[in-house]
Amino acid sequence: MEGIVSWFEFVVDNLGAIWTSTLEHIVLVFVPVVAAIVVSVGIGILFRHNPLVQNINLSIAAVLLTIPSLALFTITIPIFGLGFWPPVLALFLYSILPILRNTATGLAGVDSAVLESAKGVGMGPRTRLWKVELPLAWPVILAGIRVSVLLSMGIAAIATLVAAGGLGDFIKDGLARFPLPTSVERIWTGTVFIIILALISDQLLGFAGRLTTSKGIQK
Amino acid sequence: MTDQALISLQGIGKTYPGSDIPAVADLDLNVTEGGILVLVGPSGCGKSTTLRLINRMIEPTTGHIFFEGEDVTTANPDLLRRRIGYVIQQIGLFPHMTIAENVSTVPKLLKWDTARTAKRVDELLDMVGMDPSIYRGRYPKELSGGQAQRVGVARALGADPDVMLMDEPFGAIDPITRDRLQNEFLRLQGELKKTIVFVTHDIDEAIKMGDQIAILRDQSKVAQLDTPERILANPADAFVADFLGSGSTLKGLTLVRVKDIEPTPYPVVDMSAGRAEAARVLQDSGERWLLVLDNAKHPVRWLTAQDIDRADQSFADAGQAVRTTVQSSYTLRDALELMLHSAAGCIAVVDNKNEFAGVVKLETLARQIQDMQVAARLAIPEDAG
Repeated sequence: MEGIVSWFEFVVDNLGAIWTSTLEHIVLVFVPVVAAIVVSVGIGILFRHNPLVQNINLSIAAVLLTIPSLALFTITIPIFGLGFWPPVLALFLYSILPILRNTATGLAGVDSAVLESAKGVGMGPRTRLWKVELPLAWPVILAGIRVSVLLSMGIAAIATLVAAGGLGDFIKDGLARFPLPTSVERIWTGTVFIIILALISDQLLGFAGRLTTSKGIQK
Repeated sequence: MTDQALISLQGIGKTYPGSDIPAVADLDLNVTEGGILVLVGPSGCGKSTTLRLINRMIEPTTGHIFFEGEDVTTANPDLLRRRIGYVIQQIGLFPHMTIAENVSTVPKLLKWDTARTAKRVDELLDMVGMDPSIYRGRYPKELSGGQAQRVGVARALGADPDVMLMDEPFGAIDPITRDRLQNEFLRLQGELKKTIVFVTHDIDEAIKMGDQIAILRDQSKVAQLDTPERILANPADAFVADFLGSGSTLKGLTLVRVKDIEPTPYPVVDMSAGRAEAARVLQDSGERWLLVLDNAKHPVRWLTAQDIDRADQSFADAGQAVRTTVQSSYTLRDALELMLHSAAGCIAVVDNKNEFAGVVKLETLARQIQDMQVAARLAIPEDAG
């Protein structure tokens, strides 16, 4: 009980710093995920009629996801230096697999009779993609995006180690000054706000999904 | 040859990659304007492939396709397809679009303005018997199979194409609904007079739907192309005879519609009639049964003389209920089927206002069959040498 009270006091006293770190955290996740959406959905669309290449791409993306985050966050420092870009690149690479996999699955799952009739009424390949394939695959793609966002929210805490800021700063500071006063409060602050941020993002994406998915294919 | 034919396939062949045997080999086929040409044959004979070669869903490996006199073998396939309605067995409605959006697909591709498109959608939905005010905004998942295929037909008719290609359109629908859809479609075709190429594996459906039937064997070779009457009377060879199967006389009943024969008059009384009047009408007619009509002149009960005696107040519950009636668009085969289930051994015919128009009796059908057999014996074989 006492711990919770002192944590609240810490949060209230440091609202300004928490707010700044939260914004940094959002940018750290938003930039790589948006880039991953563009790249993964693009690749998924490009190779949708070529399952062999699609599977090779998925394997590569899977390998990327298995690289330990500590290594991936630091390995590019010689190229980019400390700061914003190493974690953005790392989170970008991690975000590819869920989105690419779901794009491939979503597009492959479009009913062949629907594609046949889209072609039969005289829709060209581009019209078919935009008017039929993507709207039908969208809920699945969005589910992949949500996974990437959740994944990146947690992993982005490591960005603090390469001086990129974010809510990970509180966790790092807490660990550094342990067991001095407010060290545990700092760790909790970083963790709790990352979780809150992740849950809010997920809910917002879910809401956006309901707005952007046709009623005809909602469950 | 290409001058008269709306669609002309010349030396068309399709060999799939990795196969030495062509699926369709060197096919010449002319589809003349107006009427339904049915391609029928055993499964794997290439009839679907042939249909899909017409709108180039499958690209031919040899030969030329002419559409309205123009060689479209290498034309832009999307522009070609917008001029040809296409209906498939699995329907393939766009699940994320409303019924109105589905039906307006082709008009939108052709960049019709909004008002014209909306008007066309309502017109098409009315045409296929679906109230636009109810169904316009619904989604395909809310429709039954039969309703979905009506929408499929409406979508194919979108920009009023001259030609419709239909690949087993009623194949996945339960038999009762299928019969109704076939009849409705034939009624619609009577008004629209489109040129239709229709694929089925079901010879009964072919006889019912076709103005012309092409019976195909392996590699889409035409075994016989003729009117259903002539094919039934004179199968070109053993393959055709075998494919027609037995009971071709009964199949012939599919070719005649209720409207083609004069309905037999039958004794009727109004619901309000008294027992004495009913008994007198029945006795005067010499029939065994009497039909009771409701206020809308729709037949509702079959009565015998005993039923009339026993009826205490009104005829509403007396005798047997009239469970089914036939309309003028039904085939005699439908009529026979329903007649065998009817208490009175004949079936009541109603006109398009659902009012009683007479009955069809078993004797009438027997006479019809005899007439057809005589006609078949007299028919001069055209292809069979």
